Amino acid sequence: MSQKEIELILARQLAGCLATPIFLVDPQGTLLFYNEPAERILGRRFEETGEMPVDEWSTIFKPTDARGAPLAPESLPLVIALNECRPAHGQFWIEGLDGVRRHIEATAFPLIGLADRYVGAVAIFWEVGL
Amino acid sequence: MRVTLWGTRGSLASPGPDTARYGGNTSCVEVEGHDGTVLILDAGTGIRRLGLVLPLTPGPSPVADDRRGGMRRIDVLLTHLHMDHIQGLAFFRLLRTPGVEVHIWGPASATLSLHARLTRYLSPPLFPVFLRDMPSTLFLHEVPCGDFEVGEFRISSALVCHPDPTVGYRIAASGAVLTYLPDHEPALGVDRFPWSRDWTSGVALAAGADLLIHDAQYTGDEYAERIGFGHSSVPQAFAFAEMTEVRHLVPFHHDPAHTDDDLDRLLAETMASARPQFAVTPGVEGASFDLN
Repeated sequence: MSQKEIELILARQLAGCLATPIFLVDPQGTLLFYNEPAERILGRRFEETGEMPVDEWSTIFKPTDARGAPLAPESLPLVIALNECRPAHGQFWIEGLDGVRRHIEATAFPLIGLADRYVGAVAIFWEVGL
Repeated sequence: MRVTLWGTRGSLASPGPDTARYGGNTSCVEVEGHDGTVLILDAGTGIRRLGLVLPLTPGPSPVADDRRGGMRRIDVLLTHLHMDHIQGLAFFRLLRTPGVEVHIWGPASATLSLHARLTRYLSPPLFPVFLRDMPSTLFLHEVPCGDFEVGEFRISSALVCHPDPTVGYRIAASGAVLTYLPDHEPALGVDRFPWSRDWTSGVALAAGADLLIHDAQYTGDEYAERIGFGHSSVPQAFAFAEMTEVRHLVPFHHDPAHTDDDLDRLLAETMASARPQFAVTPGVEGASFDLN
């Protein structure tokens, strides 16, 4: 692996200092990092999951709507931010890797560096009602 | 290539008897290639004296190095636009010399061009002369812009961890590599530095360099009080050099409050505790390094 872009490094460092759950991906959608607050919602430590391609993380957490119907990856805020390079927001349900179903609200936005370099995207999310 | 330090002080020019050995001028490094190409890294106050020994064109100056002949082109590579890195620019003689091409490379911001950012300093009320009124022929190039070449030098630039857009440079020629990271805080936000190379600022620029000129502004205790200021402690500079497997480290960008005796003591203590496997030469104004 090679050194990450400085904007991703700084984003990870910021995420490591926040109590807000944060999920960080590169321009291809590969999961690069999620922080400790996110681990509690996703049900597994990042050290155990490691980096993960978009088609894996967008399904492994089994996102559904309120009635339990599976959501297409393309409808998830972070995938919208990645594909359309714009902010996106939504509420949905996931099943953490600890088997617990959680209602979350997520806001995602692209990371655009100097000279309009597209370097990745970030999602921040909370459990609804907590 | 031959690398000469013309200014090694950080943040503020600090002349005086207590800083005479390490030098009081702010960041400026000359890099001369075998073909006579000259790069200047940063335009701190050290660039004024450098300008006096670079020969003018046409014909040599009274202090000219005949081997170089008259300078027709000079390239100034700015890492960023904090004052200690540009304050000497207006006093750089070649910028005021008709017939010389001066190429300035440096970072734009998200909203302002390099030209607009430079003219914030080089215009009244901060300076009486406009950049556009300098008699040399000026070319501005924004970085990072991928790899580029100047004469025999192949140059890479990349953004690094320091407040405001800041780049580092990796300069290669004839199999030798110089990396210049004068303002750099790779330890920012890291619980235990050093850690993963993939997640450390500046690693790609510095990996395996023959000579690394790196920020070493603080003591360890000072760094703890100044996290986020954009600089490294001397021990962190050593750790970064070890992580990137460089052959030779030059601790640089000394804090203006550190006297020569302070720097002697700080470097000696770090050498004793770090026991580096690479060479270390203190960043002393006037020092030169030949890389082959």
